[in-house]
Amino acid sequence: MSRDPITRNALSIGVATAVYAVSFGVLSVAAGFSVVQTCVMSVVCFTGASQLTFVSVIAAGGGVAGALPPALLLAARNAIYAVSLKDVLSGSVPKRALRAQVIVDETTAMAHAQPTLAAKRRAFDLTALCLFTAWNAGTLAGALAGSGLGNPRDFGLDAVFPAVFLALLAPQLRGPDAMRAAVAGAIIALALVPIAPAGVPIIAAALGAVPVLLASSRRRRVALTQAPEAGR
Amino acid sequence: MSWWPVLVLCASAYALKALGLAIGARLDHETSARWSLEIVVVPVLAALIVIQTFTAGQRFVLDARTPALLVAAVLVWRKAPFVVVALSAAATAALLRLVA
Repeated sequence: MSRDPITRNALSIGVATAVYAVSFGVLSVAAGFSVVQTCVMSVVCFTGASQLTFVSVIAAGGGVAGALPPALLLAARNAIYAVSLKDVLSGSVPKRALRAQVIVDETTAMAHAQPTLAAKRRAFDLTALCLFTAWNAGTLAGALAGSGLGNPRDFGLDAVFPAVFLALLAPQLRGPDAMRAAVAGAIIALALVPIAPAGVPIIAAALGAVPVLLASSRRRRVALTQAPEAGR
Repeated sequence: MSWWPVLVLCASAYALKALGLAIGARLDHETSARWSLEIVVVPVLAALIVIQTFTAGQRFVLDARTPALLVAAVLVWRKAPFVVVALSAAATAALLRLVA
């Protein structure tokens, strides 16, 4: 294992993801998709929760009309992530277009957990590389094998992702503003779970940042107008 | 299975990601400095954590994932290495399920 923490963390995320990718491959072929279709989904769609929901609904007989809306709602949070990554993913248009493809939970959380812009960029790219490799290799293995390594839950892997996201969220909880936004987001999401379709609670949680954004914007405006007087 | 559902899913997923980047690129410096947009990710990640831990579909569930998250929280608080946090959470959940 590497001594560099960013590389090490990106590799561990990759390992856990690979096991889920095998499950996706198995599930997708069982739902009636070909091996090629399954692999195209993982390369081009590259949004785990969304793909798993899509093939699960179809496997359960929900049809394409039933499977697309929840899959797209789960993919919609990537748009929010993309806005937040605007400074991390600068550069030429082709480079940004390529990096856009790998904007998902893990790459975003790893980037924002780093203290400097350079580290954020490195964390994003390394996590993307590990995740993309693991997700696609796992998908192909699962689709070809037709049966998995067993249920990821038996290895406790379903508990790994919330733990990993907590470890990546912690360094971002500097100060009361971020803490308030986190608590608000969790409450909004949990309140919506019983009534809203999957995906919506997580997108709506972004509203938890609105009071903090308004307050910080007001503070900055006040600071700007008072600055000349303070300098006298 | 026909190709069109696969292609619609793939195209829409990429469009959502690119849309977010395009919106971000259109924000001028003043706007993005005034609204520190990174904070938006904080409530979304917090939501992801509670949903992945406490729900199954539209139901609330307390299962092996809850103690696993508690173990992870203590380790994160004690500044344990990332790999230790991830492995301990998996081990906690797997062992509890094995015992149950």
